[in-house]
Amino acid sequence: MSLSISDNLAASLIAAPIMLPSLAGTMALIFRRRRRMVAAGISIGSTVLQVLIAVALLMRASQSNPTPYAMGDWPAPFGIVLVLDQLAAWMLLLTSVVGFAVAAHAALTKLDRKGWNFHPIFQFQLLGINGAFLTGDLFNLFVFFEVLLIASYGLILHGQGARRLTSGVQYVVVNLTGSTLFLVGLGILYGVTGTLNMADMAARGAQLAQGDRGLFLAGGLVLIAVFALKAALLPLHLWLPRAYSSTAPAVAALFAIMTKVGAYSIIRTTPLIFGDVAEPILLPAALGTIILGFAGMLAARGLRDLAAFGLIGSTGTLLVAIALFDGDGLAAALYYLPHTTIAAAFLFLTVDLIVRWRGVEGDAIVPTPRFAGASLLAFLFLASGVALAGLPPLSGFFGKLLILDAALARPYAAWIWGVILVTSLIAVIALARAGSTVFWKHDDTPELPEDRDPPRLVQALPCLFLLALLIGLTVFAGPATRYTQRTAAQVLDKPLYLRSVLGTASPPSLTAQGDAP
Amino acid sequence: MSMEFLIASAIGALTWAGIYLSLRGRTFPVVLGVTMLSYAINLFLFAIGRLKVGAPPIFSEEAATYTDPLPQALVLTAIVISFGMSALVVVLSLRTFLETGTDQVDGEPDPAIDPLDGDRDEWIKRRNAHRIDMLGETRP
Repeated sequence: MSLSISDNLAASLIAAPIMLPSLAGTMALIFRRRRRMVAAGISIGSTVLQVLIAVALLMRASQSNPTPYAMGDWPAPFGIVLVLDQLAAWMLLLTSVVGFAVAAHAALTKLDRKGWNFHPIFQFQLLGINGAFLTGDLFNLFVFFEVLLIASYGLILHGQGARRLTSGVQYVVVNLTGSTLFLVGLGILYGVTGTLNMADMAARGAQLAQGDRGLFLAGGLVLIAVFALKAALLPLHLWLPRAYSSTAPAVAALFAIMTKVGAYSIIRTTPLIFGDVAEPILLPAALGTIILGFAGMLAARGLRDLAAFGLIGSTGTLLVAIALFDGDGLAAALYYLPHTTIAAAFLFLTVDLIVRWRGVEGDAIVPTPRFAGASLLAFLFLASGVALAGLPPLSGFFGKLLILDAALARPYAAWIWGVILVTSLIAVIALARAGSTVFWKHDDTPELPEDRDPPRLVQALPCLFLLALLIGLTVFAGPATRYTQRTAAQVLDKPLYLRSVLGTASPPSLTAQGDAP
Repeated sequence: MSMEFLIASAIGALTWAGIYLSLRGRTFPVVLGVTMLSYAINLFLFAIGRLKVGAPPIFSEEAATYTDPLPQALVLTAIVISFGMSALVVVLSLRTFLETGTDQVDGEPDPAIDPLDGDRDEWIKRRNAHRIDMLGETRP
């Protein structure tokens, strides 16, 4: 008996990344006013636990096929399932470590004291992100998208101010429209296939008659457009720079993951359900995104704009690798994905420290008087710049190398190579220009405020933690790439996913839905 | 006129109005537009289970045929979410208007419709004082 209980508990660990932040968020809500240290402690403790859970899930996922977890014990096509596979575990681990760094940074810099509800909203944000990575049901994916969006509305407005409110309205309206489109796509897909379970839909989509097939692919393209909106792909990127550069940089650091939720959803649904329908659109759009992102870095006047455009550009690089839709491309993308997320979060956190420590001129790329702690910040800025631009010795270099290598056999290889190499140079120029202006030039005209607190070096610890992660990803590039190669193979193995989730590779043909007059 | 035509044209008209309004420059029409879009989607989701008259969604002894219950559950979820979202975006737009002194979505006051007399901060202060009066609180 005790064995079966422990077995059940072990199986239920799959739901823990969703349950834990919802519990921690509720607990933090109780303590948010009277015992703020307790709320911060709960929040940070929850992210640490999430890291441990994610490691346990990663170890389990790497030894087995995709594992479904039926919510309420309803079997797969009828109930909602969570599916743990290597891709989901990889994304969960990334979310938890970035979440830990951001929560620690927010507590150390007292960002969480700018309003009452930072930690509860932060936990609900993690709940939405983790849920989106775990779910095996398209409508449930929509619900988790909404959860993470609602939490992100709260976080993006945290601290308030006129500029933040204006960009907040734009962010909310864009995302509401995106959610509407998501429902359009879901409605079409359900109308055609009569199911919302991803595995079931994949199986039924393959059996559709020719006429329905066109409608099915149209629904799929609508969904991919929504995911591209979340990932800030070229024509749909316009919301990102203003939203991310006017919110608190630490919040933007967490939001570096949100663009990856879009990228993840494309990886999850496209090879499984829709096939190669999006390939001819995604690749040129991704190449354009890289150019626009890194060119925007060159034009940025503030460090936060710089980081926001860098995030767009590096997500574009990631989407180029995804748009190849083969084993090597996906393996490269999955290696580059954690790198680019951590690098962008690292840059945002560094920018936050620069704004706090130098005390004047905010994040503007202009010379200021010498300030204490500048040498440490210069080092952090250099390291995050090296990471974001993908220079050796950090892992971005390997990531880009893998992407270029995967693109070599493609007809567009010359374009991909040209764009990625030239934009890397542009990014280096933009970052070098910003760094040299901020750290090497000095201008004594703006007076440093007298009552300024001396910088607390302990605030740099989360940045150093992210740097250590990047170094770890570089040193252990061998095991990491082996893992991502197996993950890519698992993502592309459609029959394996169907067998694991549904218990059979071909479900019974349509009966309930085939009753149209 | 069949029910299909009625539903389809209702969805079309709502979508048309929603897209037009959400492309306007001020927050109030945009909020209305997003709401219209969500109404269109609710109707659309309701219709994806095929339109049937007089058929129950759950088990019944007399029923000869059933309608699909799942889209109705989906619509309920979508209504709840879009209702909450509409409330949020209304409050957010109002707050932005009070803090920035303009209800333009891009945050830039339009001189033609936002008569600010050059002194925007004073105007915002007056607005906020008015807001406090409306809430029935004593002014500090």
